[in-house]
Amino acid sequence: MELFELTAHELSYLLSSKKTSAVEITESVLGRISEVEDKIGSYITICRDEALKRAVEVQKRIENGEAKSPLAGIPMALKDNICTEAIKTTCASKMLSEFIPPYNSFVAQKLNNSDTILLGKLNMDEFSMGGSTESSFFHKTKNPWDFERVPGGSSGGAAASVAAHETIFALGSDTGGSIRQPASFCGVVGMKPTYGTVSRYGLVAFASSLDQIGPLAKDVTDCALIMNAIMGHDDMDSTSLRAFYDDCTKGLINDVKGLRIGIPKEYLSDGINDEVRRAILDAIDVFKSLGAECEEFSLPLNEYAIPAYYIISSAEASSNLARYDGIKYGYRAPKYTDLLDMYNKTRSEGFGTEVKRRIMLGTYALSSGYYEEYYMKALKVRTLIINDFQKAFEKYDIILGPTAPTTAFMFGEKENNPLDMYLGDVYTVAVNVAGLPALTVPCGFDSKNLPIGMQLIGKALDEKLLLRAGYTFEQNTVFHKRKAKG
Amino acid sequence: MKIKIDNIKNSALLARLIFSDEEIVKLTTEMENILLFFDKINELDTSNVEPTAHVMNLTNVFREDVQKESFDRNQILSNASSHQGGCFSIAKVL
Repeated sequence: MELFELTAHELSYLLSSKKTSAVEITESVLGRISEVEDKIGSYITICRDEALKRAVEVQKRIENGEAKSPLAGIPMALKDNICTEAIKTTCASKMLSEFIPPYNSFVAQKLNNSDTILLGKLNMDEFSMGGSTESSFFHKTKNPWDFERVPGGSSGGAAASVAAHETIFALGSDTGGSIRQPASFCGVVGMKPTYGTVSRYGLVAFASSLDQIGPLAKDVTDCALIMNAIMGHDDMDSTSLRAFYDDCTKGLINDVKGLRIGIPKEYLSDGINDEVRRAILDAIDVFKSLGAECEEFSLPLNEYAIPAYYIISSAEASSNLARYDGIKYGYRAPKYTDLLDMYNKTRSEGFGTEVKRRIMLGTYALSSGYYEEYYMKALKVRTLIINDFQKAFEKYDIILGPTAPTTAFMFGEKENNPLDMYLGDVYTVAVNVAGLPALTVPCGFDSKNLPIGMQLIGKALDEKLLLRAGYTFEQNTVFHKRKAKG
Repeated sequence: MKIKIDNIKNSALLARLIFSDEEIVKLTTEMENILLFFDKINELDTSNVEPTAHVMNLTNVFREDVQKESFDRNQILSNASSHQGGCFSIAKVL
């Protein structure tokens, strides 16, 4: 096996037993990127020279015992909406195509402190608005399992790069499913942490009450290691949670006996692809055979989650994206008559179609005359959704279901109907609305050999339990070991 | 529920976005469909429900009003399309 095919924990073992070096690993992954990146297009920026230089530094630190993190020496990549000091951070938009942050995001700094090696910045849907990475200003990313298909979105580059071994792990961001859905489409593990547990300082804001950064990894063990590195309170994020952050690797136990798993019947009824349903039912059987108690129940408000989510996220986005005015940073229209014209032209030329559509929806929903009907109403529905989950978690430890209603779709398939794209979020958005943690793990393949993902939703701050369920499933199945051809 | 084109034009004005006449027509149809879908939330009775703006129910997060180190001015200006004399330069406001 090549070094680039291994997991972070496997590489860490090789490093600590001096069977390889940070430089060797980095060269291996960079070599892989050279081999396949033209076909897949996961990256917007590749930091080849910087990565090799850093690998030399990190290797020295490993050799003199200073690099203590289990992620030391591991090459990784970041979604391009996560600020990296002195390295272009574009959000896959013309608006920020030349933007170079003067500071490191909290997570970039934390990973730096853990002696990881930054390979580059990953492709995404523009400003995280989308479910296919097709709206990137730069290029499309291909799904490594089938190059005619999308990798999902908005963290499509992150998911594709992990699946294609163009990075050992990645960080993405998730506002309505943007880590989980692409992880599901690309057959990798993805996690959205409890809201507030990973600092948003340096994450380019889309919807502030929904956004969270999280890992995309080759297996659940790696996911736990990454979570340990990035979770924690941060003074620079006023929505950061002061809580006890336990060691996530304590969740890596192969045991689900007595675990109460609830499956919402609404998840398995209409709108779900038959093969996806079959894979989820089989996964439930796996859990049952391992001693978990699995039961169907009703989550009646699930159908209201998508409209509530899109109202809230569009409203927050319209507010957050008001800062892009061509003045302090970002694109400025070359020709304009006065200040107002400059704003209008800058924003109309700098943003893509989907971004403008969401800003318009958000502006409309917040405008006088409609604020009560849409935004306030959506915030009340949010309370009901939170209560719906709370009630469910009185009876169950984990809620299980599909991550997406289908496997990866073809490029252009959802182009003509934006609503169609939004409906693909049916299982993921409620989780962001309620601020809960969720994990997606590969649980099967369809007849076209496309990955299927299973989503596990937990109570707030119950990441360890989710990781335990995911780890147990992984230890007793082999889906995560199948490799994409790409 | 038909959206009036005037409402769309007003939103565009507020959002500082300009659209061609064709784009406005297309956008109006798209938004109409999406907003119709949004209307679904009106099926729910929320008369006695408090809105949740933030899931964590955080109260004010303060710090002491003490000056801390900030960024180097040149660093901050480096991303601007135009600057002069250590300031951002823009078109006349008034």
